[in-house]
Amino acid sequence: MSELNSALEHPTYNYKVVRQFAVMTVVWGIVGMLVGVLIAAQLAWPALNFDLPWLHFGRLRPLHTNAVIFAFGGSALFATSYYVVQRTCQVRLISDKLAAITFWGWQLVIVSAAITLPLGLTTSKEYAELEWPIDLLITVVWVLYAIVFFGTIARRKADHIYVANWFFGAFIIAVAVLHIINSLEMPIALNSFKSYSIYAGTVDAMVQWWYGHNAVGFFLTAGFLGMMYYFVPKQAERPVYSYRLSIVHFWALVAVYIWAGPHHLHYTALPDWAQSLGMVMSLILLAPSWGGMINGMMTLSGAWHKLRTDPILRFLVVSLSFYGMSTFEGPMMSIKTVNSLSHYTDWTIGHVHSGALGWVAMISIGSMYHLIPILFGRERMYSISLINAHFWMSTIGTVLYIASMWVNGILQGLMWRAYNQDGTLTYSFVESVAASYPGYVVRVIGGAIFFSGMLLMAYNLYMTSRKDIEPQAIPAAASAA
Amino acid sequence: MASFWSYWVIVLTVVTIVGISWILFANRKREAQSSEKTTGHVYDEIEEYDNPLPAWWFYMFVITIVWGIGYLIIYPGMGNFAGVLGWTQIGQYEQQVAAADEKYRDLRDRYLALPVEEIAVDPAVRKMGMRMFANNCAQCHGADAKGAYGFPNLTDDDWIYGGDAATIKATLVNGRQAVMPAWGDVIGDKGIKDVTQYLLRLNGRDADVAQADAGETVFKTYCVACHGADGTGNQAMGAPNLTNGVWLYGGSEEQIAQTLRAGRNGVMPAFKDTLSEDKIHILTAYVYGLNEQ
Repeated sequence: MSELNSALEHPTYNYKVVRQFAVMTVVWGIVGMLVGVLIAAQLAWPALNFDLPWLHFGRLRPLHTNAVIFAFGGSALFATSYYVVQRTCQVRLISDKLAAITFWGWQLVIVSAAITLPLGLTTSKEYAELEWPIDLLITVVWVLYAIVFFGTIARRKADHIYVANWFFGAFIIAVAVLHIINSLEMPIALNSFKSYSIYAGTVDAMVQWWYGHNAVGFFLTAGFLGMMYYFVPKQAERPVYSYRLSIVHFWALVAVYIWAGPHHLHYTALPDWAQSLGMVMSLILLAPSWGGMINGMMTLSGAWHKLRTDPILRFLVVSLSFYGMSTFEGPMMSIKTVNSLSHYTDWTIGHVHSGALGWVAMISIGSMYHLIPILFGRERMYSISLINAHFWMSTIGTVLYIASMWVNGILQGLMWRAYNQDGTLTYSFVESVAASYPGYVVRVIGGAIFFSGMLLMAYNLYMTSRKDIEPQAIPAAASAA
Repeated sequence: MASFWSYWVIVLTVVTIVGISWILFANRKREAQSSEKTTGHVYDEIEEYDNPLPAWWFYMFVITIVWGIGYLIIYPGMGNFAGVLGWTQIGQYEQQVAAADEKYRDLRDRYLALPVEEIAVDPAVRKMGMRMFANNCAQCHGADAKGAYGFPNLTDDDWIYGGDAATIKATLVNGRQAVMPAWGDVIGDKGIKDVTQYLLRLNGRDADVAQADAGETVFKTYCVACHGADGTGNQAMGAPNLTNGVWLYGGSEEQIAQTLRAGRNGVMPAFKDTLSEDKIHILTAYVYGLNEQ
């Protein structure tokens, strides 16, 4: 993007860092989802690891999760939070230099992850696999991010702080706390990547899932709700439905989410009281979670007709539907009785992806389609038809993915607990693996369709960025559909 | 849990639940503006209505809070307070195991009273045994019990520790620790090569006569103590028969030499703490029966 000239720069706001993060959102989305499709294929056809340690499922799976959550999702959050905080505070980021450091620092974290994880350098803590030198780098970048974000809010020209910024702010603070506490570890030597967690046994498990669940709660939920609160009203050109609803569900969400981690450790060595509290708070979390969905959906009242012509709005609305669905499913799965069936099965993976593909990825993609033309000084994306095609590929891919994992998960849960009249188990474990094969194939197909949509997005982004190419005419079909 | 931490948990829980209830009710009572009027805030052209909380959503929130409070009264959760039901996870487990034991006791006692040799041919026992085998033994010995590299074949009637019912049961109950010592440092490279040739000859395979003769001398010095003068092994010590062409760690020349040079360590886990006596009895019958067909 070095050919971009200063004519693209906004007189007031820093769009450069937003544009950099927006472009990398698409790049890392493609990388992360490609790795996802590969490891999904390995589960159906194990020979696809080619007997190479760097391509082994155990090493690529954390690369996939880190790439899609922190590289793709993280870049989307940086881009949108930097954009939204400037637009809604009516002030430029306090420091272009610090903002640039967060961009290059975050890319360095991602590249380090992409090198160390396939080499097998890992703490083995889920979603916190990166070893201590990278953890330190993340901490530095994150603190600078907080300084830029909150510094900008402090200098705002608007009287109030817009609700999107509450969510971005909560996300930044909580992720800092979670990352630092969960990653406390002792390196075995200063010239070694290897470290050991300062926690042991059940305490380690509890800290890990306090972190793990709130990575979902604050990174993948609060952060993206911030995105939703700006881009949905903006794209729909309607006022936000209810200010008071945003107050109630914001405070309830941040207060309750932080308790929910123990539901990852039902029926384990975790003490009963901690399991119960995790389950109770997870159920109470249903209403606060849905508050965001209601506020987003109801904002469209009076603007529903726009869905017929605007595929960007379709992305945003469907993402809210998947958000509502997965935040209903989550509390249900936290109930011990349900959890005893669903835990350790593919249902969990399906649940995660209804949130990750349906909510996180689709709201990010929709927001990027809104943002990219603005950042490149264009009236609209190069091709609206390609956005529409991308929308359908994302939706169909997500549905195939989560439906196949529901079927697999329930199948596995039922097979594992089935027993005969003589008290013996009906199935051996490997029989449940064999029975899961069709679901694994469907998942590869769904994931590949979702991934292919990202390639359309990359092409659309490239064509939009070209100064010498005019956007395609808005297709008649889209306005008539 | 120390009582300080118990109170800590209780206070944090109560503060959280009271806090979210307060914010929910406080924002419900506040007078709602009509949906035509915005709050007056404008952010980058985005305005905000101040519609009332949807009633169904409000009640859903209230119900989950009330349900949560009820759950924390009935079940453990509030620090050291055990809940009025006195429910525990371990209690639930023990209850379910006891119920299963009660349900299947008659069936098990019936088989436990009969000798292994007799129930080994009972189709119902074979079926139960096969399922137990699939979940406990097949990981190493294979679903067909024909073994794998390092894990003995249980169907070929070649027994390392003995194939009578009592010995099979003892193997299952207490496990086995098999040790073949490393001889590389003792008999040297030449000794390894010679003994390998001797073992090949013992099995009727092509072997170098001079080396095999030399190997026989070495064998009768060192190996004889466990594997016997004729190499047919000793089940009391778990020393395998070296004359019947069955090789746990591979029968190629290089694999045999490697076994001699570096030794081998085999582990059969003890199942006495994993499976109950009656289940081990049925598994014994199943394994015993694998060789009777």
